[in-house]
Amino acid sequence: MARLRGTGIAAVNYPTGMNLGGDPSQALIHATTSGSFNVVLAAADLGQGLRTVMAQIAAETLGVPYGQIVIQTADTDTGPHDMGTFASRATHRVGNAVKAAAIEAREAVLQLASEELEVSIADLVLDGRGGIQVAGSPQKRRDIADLASRAQFQYGRTIAGRGVYMKPKSDVDPETGAMDPDSTQAYACTVAEVEVDTETGAVAVLSIRSAYEVGQQVNPALVQGQITGGAWMGMSHALYETTEPCYPSRDHSPKDFAGYLMPGMAELPIIEAVVLEVPSSNGPYGVKGVGEMTANSPIPAIVNAIYHACGVRVDSLPVTPEAILRGLDALAQGKGAA
Amino acid sequence: MASVVVAFELGGRPVEVLVSPLATLQQVLRTQLGHTSVKDGCRQGGCGSCTVLLDGEPVLSCLLPVEDVAGRRVTTLEDLTPVDGLTTVQRAFLDANGFQCGYCTPGMELVTKALLERNPAPTRADIAEALSGNVCRCTGYVPIIAAVEAAAAAGSAAAVVASEGATR
Repeated sequence: MARLRGTGIAAVNYPTGMNLGGDPSQALIHATTSGSFNVVLAAADLGQGLRTVMAQIAAETLGVPYGQIVIQTADTDTGPHDMGTFASRATHRVGNAVKAAAIEAREAVLQLASEELEVSIADLVLDGRGGIQVAGSPQKRRDIADLASRAQFQYGRTIAGRGVYMKPKSDVDPETGAMDPDSTQAYACTVAEVEVDTETGAVAVLSIRSAYEVGQQVNPALVQGQITGGAWMGMSHALYETTEPCYPSRDHSPKDFAGYLMPGMAELPIIEAVVLEVPSSNGPYGVKGVGEMTANSPIPAIVNAIYHACGVRVDSLPVTPEAILRGLDALAQGKGAA
Repeated sequence: MASVVVAFELGGRPVEVLVSPLATLQQVLRTQLGHTSVKDGCRQGGCGSCTVLLDGEPVLSCLLPVEDVAGRRVTTLEDLTPVDGLTTVQRAFLDANGFQCGYCTPGMELVTKALLERNPAPTRADIAEALSGNVCRCTGYVPIIAAVEAAAAAGSAAAVVASEGATR
Protein backbone atom coordinates (compact mmCIF):
# COMPACT_ATOMS: atom_id res chain seq x y z
CA MET A 1 0.00 0.00 0.00
CA ALA A 2 1.38 3.33 -0.98
CA ARG A 3 0.67 6.90 -1.91
CA LEU A 4 1.60 7.28 -5.55
CA ARG A 5 2.09 10.60 -7.31
CA GLY A 6 1.47 11.32 -10.96
CA THR A 7 1.27 14.16 -13.45
CA GLY A 8 -1.23 14.54 -16.29
CA ILE A 9 -1.77 16.98 -19.10
CA ALA A 10 -4.75 17.98 -21.23
CA ALA A 11 -5.61 20.72 -23.71
CA VAL A 12 -8.85 22.29 -24.91
CA ASN A 13 -10.02 24.53 -27.70
CA TYR A 14 -13.38 26.06 -26.97
CA PRO A 15 -15.92 27.87 -29.17
CA THR A 16 -17.09 31.37 -28.32
CA GLY A 17 -20.83 31.37 -29.07
CA MET A 18 -22.87 28.55 -30.57
CA ASN A 19 -25.57 29.66 -33.00
CA LEU A 20 -27.51 26.79 -34.41
CA GLY A 21 -30.47 29.01 -35.31
CA GLY A 22 -29.13 32.55 -35.63
CA ASP A 23 -27.86 34.28 -32.52
CA PRO A 24 -28.35 38.04 -32.06
CA SER A 25 -27.54 40.35 -29.15
CA GLN A 26 -28.74 43.93 -28.95
CA ALA A 27 -27.84 46.97 -26.87
CA LEU A 28 -29.38 50.42 -26.48
CA ILE A 29 -27.50 53.38 -25.03
CA HIS A 30 -28.81 56.80 -24.10
CA ALA A 31 -27.32 59.76 -22.28
CA THR A 32 -29.06 60.90 -19.11
CA THR A 33 -29.56 64.51 -18.02
CA SER A 34 -26.58 64.17 -15.70
CA GLY A 35 -24.31 63.24 -18.58
CA SER A 36 -23.95 59.57 -17.66
CA PHE A 37 -24.80 56.89 -20.22
CA ASN A 38 -27.38 54.17 -19.61
CA VAL A 39 -26.60 50.91 -21.40
CA VAL A 40 -29.78 48.79 -21.59
CA LEU A 41 -29.36 45.06 -22.15
CA ALA A 42 -31.43 41.91 -21.76
CA ALA A 43 -28.33 39.78 -21.25
CA ALA A 44 -27.85 38.54 -17.69
CA ASP A 45 -24.92 38.83 -15.31
CA LEU A 46 -24.59 35.47 -13.55
CA GLY A 47 -21.84 36.77 -11.29
CA GLN A 48 -19.15 36.41 -13.93
CA GLY A 49 -18.92 40.20 -14.26
CA LEU A 50 -20.91 41.00 -17.41
CA ARG A 51 -22.00 44.39 -16.05
CA THR A 52 -18.41 45.37 -15.26
CA VAL A 53 -17.06 44.25 -18.61
CA MET A 54 -19.87 45.88 -20.64
CA ALA A 55 -19.33 49.15 -18.76
CA GLN A 56 -15.61 48.96 -19.60
CA ILE A 57 -16.35 48.41 -23.31
CA ALA A 58 -18.90 51.25 -23.38
CA ALA A 59 -16.55 53.63 -21.53
CA GLU A 60 -13.65 52.79 -23.83
CA THR A 61 -15.75 53.40 -26.95
CA LEU A 62 -17.45 56.57 -25.72
CA GLY A 63 -14.22 57.99 -24.32
CA VAL A 64 -15.67 58.63 -20.87
CA PRO A 65 -14.62 57.39 -17.40
CA TYR A 66 -15.98 54.00 -16.27
CA GLY A 67 -18.04 55.69 -13.55
CA GLN A 68 -20.09 57.51 -16.17
CA ILE A 69 -21.62 54.23 -17.44
CA VAL A 70 -24.74 52.69 -15.88
CA ILE A 71 -25.58 49.12 -16.98
CA GLN A 72 -29.21 47.96 -16.89
CA THR A 73 -29.49 44.21 -17.47
CA ALA A 74 -31.68 41.17 -17.43
CA ASP A 75 -35.12 42.74 -17.87
CA THR A 76 -36.60 41.15 -20.97
CA ASP A 77 -39.71 43.38 -20.67
CA THR A 78 -37.78 46.60 -21.17
CA GLY A 79 -34.43 45.55 -22.64
CA PRO A 80 -33.68 44.94 -26.31
CA HIS A 81 -33.58 41.32 -27.44
CA ASP A 82 -30.71 39.09 -26.45
CA MET A 83 -30.36 35.34 -26.93
CA GLY A 84 -28.85 35.08 -23.46
CA THR A 85 -25.80 34.34 -21.40
CA PHE A 86 -24.60 30.93 -22.58
CA ALA A 87 -21.95 29.32 -24.78
CA SER A 88 -19.31 31.68 -23.36
CA ARG A 89 -20.71 34.25 -25.77
CA ALA A 90 -21.59 37.35 -23.77
CA THR A 91 -18.29 39.25 -23.66
CA HIS A 92 -17.90 38.72 -27.41
CA ARG A 93 -21.44 39.06 -28.81
CA VAL A 94 -23.09 41.37 -26.25
CA GLY A 95 -19.82 43.28 -26.18
CA ASN A 96 -19.97 43.75 -29.95
CA ALA A 97 -23.54 45.07 -29.61
CA VAL A 98 -22.53 47.46 -26.82
CA LYS A 99 -19.57 48.70 -28.85
CA ALA A 100 -21.79 49.30 -31.91
CA ALA A 101 -24.36 51.19 -29.80
CA ALA A 102 -21.61 53.25 -28.17
CA ILE A 103 -20.20 54.17 -31.59
CA GLU A 104 -23.63 55.45 -32.70
CA ALA A 105 -24.05 57.46 -29.48
CA ARG A 106 -20.50 58.77 -29.89
CA GLU A 107 -21.36 60.00 -33.40
CA ALA A 108 -24.26 62.03 -31.94
CA VAL A 109 -21.94 63.61 -29.36
CA LEU A 110 -19.29 64.34 -31.98
CA GLN A 111 -21.92 65.98 -34.23
CA LEU A 112 -22.90 68.33 -31.42
CA ALA A 113 -19.26 69.10 -30.61
CA SER A 114 -18.50 69.86 -34.24
CA GLU A 115 -21.36 72.36 -34.36
CA GLU A 116 -20.33 74.11 -31.12
CA LEU A 117 -16.63 74.19 -32.04
CA GLU A 118 -17.39 74.96 -35.70
CA VAL A 119 -15.07 72.30 -37.06
CA SER A 120 -15.56 69.14 -39.08
CA ILE A 121 -16.14 65.87 -37.17
CA ALA A 122 -13.05 64.54 -38.90
CA ASP A 123 -10.97 67.12 -37.00
CA LEU A 124 -12.23 66.02 -33.55
CA VAL A 125 -10.56 63.50 -31.23
CA LEU A 126 -11.64 61.89 -27.95
CA ASP A 127 -9.19 62.40 -25.10
CA GLY A 128 -10.35 59.21 -23.34
CA ARG A 129 -11.07 61.17 -20.15
CA GLY A 130 -14.57 62.39 -20.96
CA GLY A 131 -13.57 65.17 -23.36
CA ILE A 132 -13.65 65.94 -27.07
CA GLN A 133 -11.08 68.30 -28.53
CA VAL A 134 -9.97 69.67 -31.85
CA ALA A 135 -6.96 67.65 -33.00
CA GLY A 136 -3.82 69.62 -32.22
CA SER A 137 -5.73 72.27 -30.24
CA PRO A 138 -6.38 70.94 -26.75
CA GLN A 139 -7.76 74.30 -25.59
CA LYS A 140 -10.67 73.84 -28.01
CA ARG A 141 -12.43 71.24 -25.92
CA ARG A 142 -15.90 70.14 -24.88
CA ASP A 143 -16.84 67.91 -21.97
CA ILE A 144 -18.98 64.95 -23.14
CA ALA A 145 -21.17 65.04 -20.01
CA ASP A 146 -21.87 68.76 -20.56
CA LEU A 147 -22.66 68.17 -24.24
CA ALA A 148 -25.03 65.34 -23.33
CA SER A 149 -26.84 67.56 -20.84
CA ARG A 150 -27.08 70.53 -23.25
CA ALA A 151 -28.33 68.21 -26.00
CA GLN A 152 -31.45 67.65 -23.96
CA PHE A 153 -32.10 71.07 -22.37
CA GLN A 154 -30.66 73.46 -24.98
CA TYR A 155 -30.93 71.66 -28.31
CA GLY A 156 -33.81 69.23 -27.74
CA ARG A 157 -31.92 66.26 -29.10
CA THR A 158 -31.19 62.75 -27.96
CA ILE A 159 -27.71 61.32 -27.51
CA ALA A 160 -28.41 57.66 -28.17
CA GLY A 161 -27.15 54.60 -29.97
CA ARG A 162 -28.41 51.22 -31.12
CA GLY A 163 -26.22 48.18 -31.48
CA VAL A 164 -26.73 44.66 -32.70
CA TYR A 165 -24.41 41.75 -33.33
CA MET A 166 -25.67 38.67 -35.07
CA LYS A 167 -23.93 35.53 -36.17
CA PRO A 168 -26.26 34.17 -38.89
CA LYS A 169 -27.75 30.69 -38.67
CA SER A 170 -25.27 28.06 -39.69
CA ASP A 171 -26.55 25.03 -41.57
CA VAL A 172 -24.72 21.73 -41.67
CA ASP A 173 -23.29 20.82 -45.07
CA PRO A 174 -25.02 17.50 -45.82
CA GLU A 175 -22.03 16.26 -47.80
CA THR A 176 -19.23 17.03 -45.37
CA GLY A 177 -20.94 17.68 -42.03
CA ALA A 178 -19.10 21.00 -41.83
CA MET A 179 -20.67 24.06 -40.23
CA ASP A 180 -19.62 27.39 -38.78
CA PRO A 181 -21.43 27.95 -35.49
CA ASP A 182 -18.92 29.87 -33.36
CA SER A 183 -17.38 33.32 -33.55
CA THR A 184 -13.85 32.44 -32.50
CA GLN A 185 -12.04 29.90 -30.36
CA ALA A 186 -10.03 30.14 -27.15
CA TYR A 187 -7.36 27.68 -26.03
CA ALA A 188 -5.98 26.27 -22.83
CA CYS A 189 -3.63 23.61 -21.53
CA THR A 190 -3.65 22.22 -17.99
CA VAL A 191 -1.12 20.18 -16.02
CA ALA A 192 -2.44 18.45 -12.89
CA GLU A 193 -0.56 16.63 -10.13
CA VAL A 194 -2.33 14.04 -7.98
CA GLU A 195 -1.58 11.61 -5.18
CA VAL A 196 -3.42 8.28 -5.19
CA ASP A 197 -3.78 6.30 -1.96
CA THR A 198 -3.73 2.67 -3.10
CA GLU A 199 -5.19 1.46 0.20
CA THR A 200 -8.32 3.65 0.21
CA GLY A 201 -8.56 4.61 -3.46
CA ALA A 202 -8.74 8.29 -2.45
CA VAL A 203 -7.27 10.83 -4.87
CA ALA A 204 -5.84 14.14 -3.64
CA VAL A 205 -5.25 16.83 -6.25
CA LEU A 206 -2.01 18.63 -5.43
CA SER A 207 -1.96 21.28 -8.14
CA ILE A 208 -3.79 22.48 -11.24
CA ARG A 209 -1.64 24.75 -13.39
CA SER A 210 -2.87 26.13 -16.70
CA ALA A 211 -1.99 28.37 -19.61
CA TYR A 212 -4.85 30.17 -21.36
CA GLU A 213 -5.11 32.05 -24.64
CA VAL A 214 -8.35 34.01 -24.42
CA GLY A 215 -7.92 36.94 -26.79
CA GLN A 216 -7.71 40.48 -25.45
CA GLN A 217 -8.64 40.56 -21.76
CA VAL A 218 -11.14 43.26 -20.86
CA ASN A 219 -10.72 42.68 -17.13
CA PRO A 220 -7.76 40.47 -16.09
CA ALA A 221 -9.01 40.07 -12.49
CA LEU A 222 -12.33 38.68 -13.72
CA VAL A 223 -10.56 36.39 -16.21
CA GLN A 224 -8.41 35.03 -13.39
CA GLY A 225 -11.58 34.55 -11.32
CA GLN A 226 -13.18 32.48 -14.09
CA ILE A 227 -10.04 30.34 -14.49
CA THR A 228 -9.59 29.69 -10.75
CA GLY A 229 -13.25 28.88 -10.17
CA GLY A 230 -13.33 26.72 -13.28
CA ALA A 231 -10.29 24.71 -12.18
CA TRP A 232 -12.09 23.93 -8.92
CA MET A 233 -15.28 23.01 -10.83
CA GLY A 234 -13.25 20.71 -13.11
CA MET A 235 -11.74 19.00 -10.08
CA SER A 236 -15.24 18.64 -8.69
CA HIS A 237 -16.51 17.02 -11.91
CA ALA A 238 -13.46 14.75 -12.05
CA LEU A 239 -13.57 13.34 -8.54
CA TYR A 240 -16.78 14.22 -6.67
CA GLU A 241 -20.03 15.12 -8.39
CA THR A 242 -22.59 12.38 -8.87
CA THR A 243 -26.03 11.31 -7.73
CA GLU A 244 -24.43 7.88 -7.37
CA PRO A 245 -23.13 5.89 -5.60
CA CYS A 246 -26.05 4.38 -3.80
CA TYR A 247 -24.90 1.76 -1.31
CA PRO A 248 -26.34 -0.70 -0.72
CA SER A 249 -29.40 0.31 -2.72
CA ARG A 250 -30.77 3.32 -4.60
CA ASP A 251 -32.68 4.35 -1.46
CA HIS A 252 -29.34 5.53 -0.10
CA SER A 253 -28.41 7.77 -3.03
CA PRO A 254 -27.92 11.51 -2.38
CA LYS A 255 -31.31 13.24 -2.26
CA ASP A 256 -30.55 16.88 -1.53
CA PHE A 257 -28.04 19.70 -1.49
CA ALA A 258 -26.07 18.40 1.46
CA GLY A 259 -25.65 14.92 -0.02
CA TYR A 260 -24.24 16.13 -3.35
CA LEU A 261 -20.50 16.15 -2.89
CA MET A 262 -18.20 18.92 -4.06
CA PRO A 263 -14.72 19.72 -2.77
CA GLY A 264 -14.34 22.33 -0.05
CA MET A 265 -11.52 24.51 1.16
CA ALA A 266 -9.74 21.59 2.85
CA GLU A 267 -9.42 19.78 -0.50
CA LEU A 268 -8.09 22.76 -2.45
CA PRO A 269 -5.01 22.18 -4.59
CA ILE A 270 -2.60 24.87 -5.72
CA ILE A 271 -4.40 26.61 -8.60
CA GLU A 272 -2.32 28.84 -10.88
CA ALA A 273 -2.67 30.15 -14.43
CA VAL A 274 -0.92 32.34 -16.94
CA VAL A 275 -2.89 34.15 -19.64
CA LEU A 276 -1.74 34.87 -23.17
CA GLU A 277 -3.55 37.49 -25.25
CA VAL A 278 -3.94 36.92 -28.98
CA PRO A 279 -6.77 39.23 -30.08
CA SER A 280 -9.62 37.74 -32.10
CA SER A 281 -10.46 39.31 -35.45
CA ASN A 282 -14.16 39.85 -34.72
CA GLY A 283 -14.59 40.45 -30.98
CA PRO A 284 -14.90 43.94 -29.50
CA TYR A 285 -11.28 45.05 -28.94
CA GLY A 286 -10.25 41.48 -29.83
CA VAL A 287 -11.97 39.55 -27.03
CA LYS A 288 -12.83 35.85 -26.96
CA GLY A 289 -14.95 33.93 -24.44
CA VAL A 290 -13.47 32.52 -21.22
CA GLY A 291 -16.32 30.94 -19.28
CA GLU A 292 -17.21 27.32 -19.56
CA MET A 293 -13.86 26.25 -21.01
CA THR A 294 -12.19 26.72 -17.64
CA ALA A 295 -13.87 23.61 -16.20
CA ASN A 296 -12.82 21.43 -19.17
CA SER A 297 -9.10 20.70 -19.35
CA PRO A 298 -8.65 20.09 -15.59
CA ILE A 299 -10.81 16.96 -15.86
CA PRO A 300 -8.75 14.90 -18.36
CA ALA A 301 -5.55 16.32 -16.83
CA ILE A 302 -6.55 14.83 -13.45
CA VAL A 303 -7.65 11.53 -15.01
CA ASN A 304 -4.35 11.31 -16.92
CA ALA A 305 -2.42 12.08 -13.73
CA ILE A 306 -4.23 9.22 -11.97
CA TYR A 307 -3.18 6.87 -14.79
CA HIS A 308 0.40 8.14 -14.52
CA ALA A 309 0.37 7.64 -10.76
CA CYS A 310 -1.06 4.13 -10.48
CA GLY A 311 -1.71 2.72 -13.94
CA VAL A 312 -5.49 2.75 -13.60
CA ARG A 313 -7.19 4.13 -16.71
CA VAL A 314 -10.71 5.35 -15.83
CA ASP A 315 -13.15 6.37 -18.57
CA SER A 316 -16.23 7.46 -16.63
CA LEU A 317 -16.72 10.27 -14.12
CA PRO A 318 -16.38 10.87 -11.30
CA VAL A 319 -13.29 8.85 -10.46
CA THR A 320 -14.46 7.49 -7.13
CA PRO A 321 -12.29 5.56 -4.66
CA GLU A 322 -14.27 2.49 -5.74
CA ALA A 323 -13.23 2.96 -9.36
CA ILE A 324 -9.58 3.27 -8.31
CA LEU A 325 -9.67 0.17 -6.10
CA ARG A 326 -11.45 -1.91 -8.74
CA GLY A 327 -8.88 -0.76 -11.30
CA LEU A 328 -6.00 -1.68 -9.02
CA ASP A 329 -7.55 -5.11 -8.42
CA ALA A 330 -7.90 -5.67 -12.16
CA LEU A 331 -4.26 -4.66 -12.70
CA ALA A 332 -3.15 -7.04 -9.94
CA GLN A 333 -5.09 -9.85 -11.57
CA GLY A 334 -3.45 -9.10 -14.89
CA LYS A 335 -6.65 -8.09 -16.62
CA GLY A 336 -5.54 -4.58 -17.55
CA ALA A 337 -7.54 -1.49 -16.76
CA ALA A 338 -11.05 -1.71 -15.32
CA MET B 1 -51.64 28.36 16.21
CA ALA B 2 -51.74 32.03 17.07
CA SER B 3 -48.90 34.35 16.13
CA VAL B 4 -46.56 35.44 18.88
CA VAL B 5 -44.46 38.53 19.57
CA VAL B 6 -40.71 37.94 19.87
CA ALA B 7 -38.34 40.62 21.17
CA PHE B 8 -34.59 40.57 20.61
CA GLU B 9 -31.67 42.88 19.88
CA LEU B 10 -30.73 43.46 16.23
CA GLY B 11 -27.59 45.42 15.49
CA GLY B 12 -27.68 47.02 18.93
CA ARG B 13 -31.31 48.12 18.73
CA PRO B 14 -34.33 46.43 20.31
CA VAL B 15 -36.83 44.95 17.85
CA GLU B 16 -40.18 43.23 18.26
CA VAL B 17 -41.70 41.06 15.55
CA LEU B 18 -45.07 39.37 15.21
CA VAL B 19 -44.34 35.89 13.84
CA SER B 20 -45.98 32.57 13.15
CA PRO B 21 -44.72 29.82 15.45
CA LEU B 22 -41.54 28.16 14.13
CA ALA B 23 -40.88 30.96 11.62
CA THR B 24 -37.12 30.85 11.10
CA LEU B 25 -34.81 33.71 12.04
CA GLN B 26 -33.74 33.77 8.39
CA GLN B 27 -37.30 34.39 7.14
CA VAL B 28 -37.94 37.09 9.73
CA LEU B 29 -34.67 38.95 9.15
CA ARG B 30 -35.00 38.89 5.37
CA THR B 31 -38.72 39.41 4.78
CA GLN B 32 -39.96 41.26 7.88
CA LEU B 33 -36.89 43.28 8.84
CA GLY B 34 -35.40 43.88 5.37
CA HIS B 35 -31.95 42.47 6.11
CA THR B 36 -31.43 41.07 2.61
CA SER B 37 -27.79 40.13 3.29
CA VAL B 38 -29.28 37.11 5.07
CA LYS B 39 -29.59 34.81 2.07
CA ASP B 40 -32.13 32.09 1.45
CA GLY B 41 -29.91 29.28 0.18
CA CYS B 42 -30.49 25.58 0.81
CA ARG B 43 -32.88 25.94 3.79
CA GLN B 44 -31.33 22.85 5.36
CA GLY B 45 -28.19 24.13 7.03
CA GLY B 46 -25.90 22.93 4.27
CA CYS B 47 -24.63 26.10 2.58
CA GLY B 48 -23.97 28.80 5.17
CA SER B 49 -25.43 31.65 3.10
CA CYS B 50 -27.95 32.45 5.89
CA THR B 51 -25.22 32.88 8.54
CA VAL B 52 -25.77 35.58 11.18
CA LEU B 53 -24.04 36.24 14.49
CA LEU B 54 -25.97 35.27 17.63
CA ASP B 55 -24.33 36.77 20.73
CA GLY B 56 -21.25 37.13 18.53
CA GLU B 57 -21.07 33.53 17.29
CA PRO B 58 -21.99 32.37 13.76
CA VAL B 59 -25.26 30.46 13.51
CA LEU B 60 -27.36 29.14 10.61
CA SER B 61 -30.45 31.33 10.75
CA CYS B 62 -32.42 29.03 8.41
CA LEU B 63 -32.49 26.32 11.08
CA LEU B 64 -33.28 28.56 14.05
CA PRO B 65 -36.88 29.30 15.16
CA VAL B 66 -37.00 33.02 15.86
CA GLU B 67 -38.49 32.36 19.32
CA ASP B 68 -35.11 30.89 20.28
CA VAL B 69 -33.38 34.28 19.93
CA ALA B 70 -35.77 36.09 22.32
CA GLY B 71 -33.75 38.41 24.50
CA ARG B 72 -30.52 37.66 22.63
CA ARG B 73 -28.20 39.70 20.42
CA VAL B 74 -28.42 39.20 16.61
CA THR B 75 -25.97 40.81 14.16
CA THR B 76 -26.16 40.78 10.35
CA LEU B 77 -23.80 42.20 7.76
CA GLU B 78 -26.04 45.29 7.49
CA ASP B 79 -25.40 45.97 11.18
CA LEU B 80 -21.61 45.86 10.76
CA THR B 81 -21.28 47.87 7.54
CA PRO B 82 -20.35 51.53 8.18
CA VAL B 83 -22.59 54.10 6.53
CA ASP B 84 -19.66 55.63 4.65
CA GLY B 85 -17.26 52.76 4.09
CA LEU B 86 -16.39 49.13 4.58
CA THR B 87 -15.13 46.97 7.44
CA THR B 88 -11.60 45.55 7.27
CA VAL B 89 -13.05 42.18 6.30
CA GLN B 90 -15.27 43.65 3.57
CA ARG B 91 -12.34 45.65 2.17
CA ALA B 92 -10.19 42.51 2.09
CA PHE B 93 -12.86 40.55 0.18
CA LEU B 94 -13.25 43.40 -2.30
CA ASP B 95 -9.50 43.78 -2.87
CA ALA B 96 -8.98 40.01 -3.28
CA ASN B 97 -12.00 39.63 -5.61
CA GLY B 98 -13.26 37.09 -3.06
CA PHE B 99 -16.65 36.65 -4.72
CA GLN B 100 -18.38 36.51 -8.09
CA CYS B 101 -22.16 36.30 -7.76
CA GLY B 102 -21.91 37.40 -4.11
CA TYR B 103 -24.53 35.06 -2.70
CA CYS B 104 -22.15 33.42 -0.20
CA THR B 105 -20.33 36.64 0.70
CA PRO B 106 -22.32 37.87 3.73
CA GLY B 107 -22.00 34.47 5.44
CA MET B 108 -18.30 34.20 4.55
CA GLU B 109 -17.61 37.66 5.96
CA LEU B 110 -19.49 37.09 9.22
CA VAL B 111 -17.70 33.79 9.85
CA THR B 112 -14.40 35.52 9.03
CA LYS B 113 -15.15 38.25 11.55
CA ALA B 114 -15.92 35.69 14.28
CA LEU B 115 -12.80 33.68 13.36
CA LEU B 116 -10.45 36.67 13.54
CA GLU B 117 -11.90 37.79 16.88
CA ARG B 118 -10.97 34.50 18.53
CA ASN B 119 -7.89 33.78 16.39
CA PRO B 120 -6.26 36.92 14.93
CA ALA B 121 -3.54 34.96 13.05
CA PRO B 122 -5.24 31.86 11.62
CA THR B 123 -3.34 29.27 9.60
CA ARG B 124 -4.73 28.11 6.26
CA ALA B 125 -6.06 25.00 8.04
CA ASP B 126 -7.77 27.20 10.64
CA ILE B 127 -9.43 29.19 7.85
CA ALA B 128 -10.58 26.05 6.03
CA GLU B 129 -11.99 24.66 9.28
CA ALA B 130 -13.84 27.86 10.19
CA LEU B 131 -15.35 28.31 6.72
CA SER B 132 -16.07 24.61 6.10
CA GLY B 133 -19.80 25.22 6.54
CA ASN B 134 -19.91 28.01 3.96
CA VAL B 135 -20.27 26.96 0.34
CA CYS B 136 -19.11 29.00 -2.66
CA ARG B 137 -19.97 27.77 -6.15
CA CYS B 138 -18.15 30.47 -8.16
CA THR B 139 -14.65 31.27 -6.97
CA GLY B 140 -13.00 27.94 -6.22
CA TYR B 141 -12.33 29.38 -2.71
CA VAL B 142 -8.77 30.48 -3.55
CA PRO B 143 -9.51 34.25 -3.46
CA ILE B 144 -11.70 33.82 -0.34
CA ILE B 145 -8.79 32.29 1.57
CA ALA B 146 -6.59 35.13 0.30
CA ALA B 147 -9.18 37.65 1.54
CA VAL B 148 -9.27 36.11 5.04
CA GLU B 149 -5.46 36.12 5.20
CA ALA B 150 -5.39 39.76 4.07
CA ALA B 151 -8.02 40.71 6.63
CA ALA B 152 -5.98 39.01 9.37
CA ALA B 153 -2.85 40.87 8.25
CA ALA B 154 -4.70 44.19 8.12
CA GLY B 155 -6.21 43.52 11.54
CA SER B 156 -2.84 42.77 13.14
CA ALA B 157 -1.32 45.85 11.46
CA ALA B 158 -4.14 47.96 12.92
CA ALA B 159 -3.54 46.38 16.34
CA VAL B 160 0.18 47.27 16.15
CA VAL B 161 -0.66 50.87 15.23
CA ALA B 162 -3.16 51.04 18.12
CA SER B 163 -0.67 49.63 20.66
CA GLU B 164 2.09 51.95 19.45
CA GLY B 165 -0.33 54.85 19.79
CA ALA B 166 -1.15 53.76 23.35
CA THR B 167 2.51 53.67 24.41
CA ARG B 168 3.27 57.19 23.18
